[in-house]
Amino acid sequence: MMEFLQTLEQAGQNLLGPAWLPLWTVVKIMLIVGPLMGCVAYLTLAERKVIGWMQIRIGPNRVGYFGLLQPLADGIKLLMKEIILPSGSNKFLFIVGPIMSLMPALAAWAVVPFNAELVLSDVNAGLLYILAMTSLGVYGVIIAGWASNSKYAFLGALRSAAQIVSYEIAMGFALVTVLMASQSLNLGEIVAGQKGSAGALNWFVVPLFPMFLVYLISGVAEANRAPFDVAEGESEIVAGFHVEYSGMAFALFFLAEYANMILIAFLTSIMFLGGWLSPLPFLPDSIVWLFGKVAFILFLFLWFRATFPRYRYDQLMRLGWKVFIPLSIVWVVVVGAWMQTPLWVW
Amino acid sequence: MSFISIVFYVFAALTVFAAVGVITSRNPVHAALFLVLAFCSASGIWMTLEAEFLAIVLILVYVGAVMVLFLFVVMMLDVNLIQLREGFWRWFPFGAGLAGLMVFEMVWVLGSRQTSDTVSAITHPANYSNTKELGRLIYTDYVYPFELAAVILLVAMVAAIALTLRRRAGVKSQNVADQVKVKAKDRIRIVKMAAESKDSVSN
Repeated sequence: MMEFLQTLEQAGQNLLGPAWLPLWTVVKIMLIVGPLMGCVAYLTLAERKVIGWMQIRIGPNRVGYFGLLQPLADGIKLLMKEIILPSGSNKFLFIVGPIMSLMPALAAWAVVPFNAELVLSDVNAGLLYILAMTSLGVYGVIIAGWASNSKYAFLGALRSAAQIVSYEIAMGFALVTVLMASQSLNLGEIVAGQKGSAGALNWFVVPLFPMFLVYLISGVAEANRAPFDVAEGESEIVAGFHVEYSGMAFALFFLAEYANMILIAFLTSIMFLGGWLSPLPFLPDSIVWLFGKVAFILFLFLWFRATFPRYRYDQLMRLGWKVFIPLSIVWVVVVGAWMQTPLWVW
Repeated sequence: MSFISIVFYVFAALTVFAAVGVITSRNPVHAALFLVLAFCSASGIWMTLEAEFLAIVLILVYVGAVMVLFLFVVMMLDVNLIQLREGFWRWFPFGAGLAGLMVFEMVWVLGSRQTSDTVSAITHPANYSNTKELGRLIYTDYVYPFELAAVILLVAMVAAIALTLRRRAGVKSQNVADQVKVKAKDRIRIVKMAAESKDSVSN
């Protein structure tokens, strides 16, 4: 596989010269974004099926065998619908909102490694880049909520902004502990730091277990998923920030939410669950492990949605500020002290 | 012109455009969003200087947190646009003078022979980590100034909270610790009583 890629790159260099690098990069971007969009489409189907089964329903089963063409049908339906611009809205920002929401969700994938060699951009400050990109996602929500010129949309945007800013702090501190344990900001090296003879016991989830929980729960909050979906809150503010959106503009928010979910699942697997490393020392490391871990975390997202009722807003803020942030700061100190002792074996 | 200078001029032009947008746009929300664009393009310029840590942290802190809260406030303000623009021409000479002074200073410092001779873009190998270098400097040579800055920020934070914290009497709020402590027997009373016979029900 790798030899084939090298010969391909060599041939391209000879054939196209300086034009080859941008072209090849675009091809690589397509190879990430294309399957990602496919995953997003089928994640929506998986969500409806899984939650259906949990509630002893069947879920979508009419379009295609086993409902497998349902995402396609949904996509076509959304494409055919009219995008309504509310007359009182700020037209330019109304269009920019969904774009600003999807853009960071896709841009963050530039540094996500799939195995030791397979990464679009192997940068040293990868972890910082991911943090910066995920923190930009809130702009889509704020701009959409404000530009809609609607009370429900605006309330949803304010809720979402406060929530994302709050949970980002705890998430950042959780990543600081990972950074301390791995001594690198490069995602590939973070995975390499979890390699060892003990298999799954070498993963950072073992010494950093509280931070794993903080990161996962904050991730659910960052992606505005149930039980933290107060930004949408159907029962309180109709649909929150995207209440005025229709057709493909709405679909972009939908895509961004699911792309963010998949991103957070990938990041959790890479930083705490050893990425592509195998849990048992005698089995080979493979990208299959990474996909398995991601699928499990995505299943957790769906499971949470089927299980928990929505948080009340003040409880949500309390959890973020009074539980997660102090806990993560304390754990940074604990890990720092622990690393100075011989008991630190990771 | 090398590729990196083209990138620099694109970002520089974007920064100037955004900065002009900040002061000329009528709507405060648009002005705040222009400021976000200015931060992003300034971050791009820093990236061309191989200062990736500063560039990313500018996005992370200023764009991702500070400007979000700023927008939050600006969006909720009930601003009168006409009133806001009234003082424009009165303050224009002052602002223009200040801007002229700053341009003069920058041209003087950056354009002088000494700086242009000594300051040149230093390039580093690909494995050079700007973040690591910066961390090493901050926590060794500059540890006291760094900690002093941290304490000043802490004081500012405590002061801001102390200024805005109001304790009002008669506010209904929940104490989560009390709620967690509650046992079933505090809330319900189970009464034992003999089962009633069939005859007594039918009567």
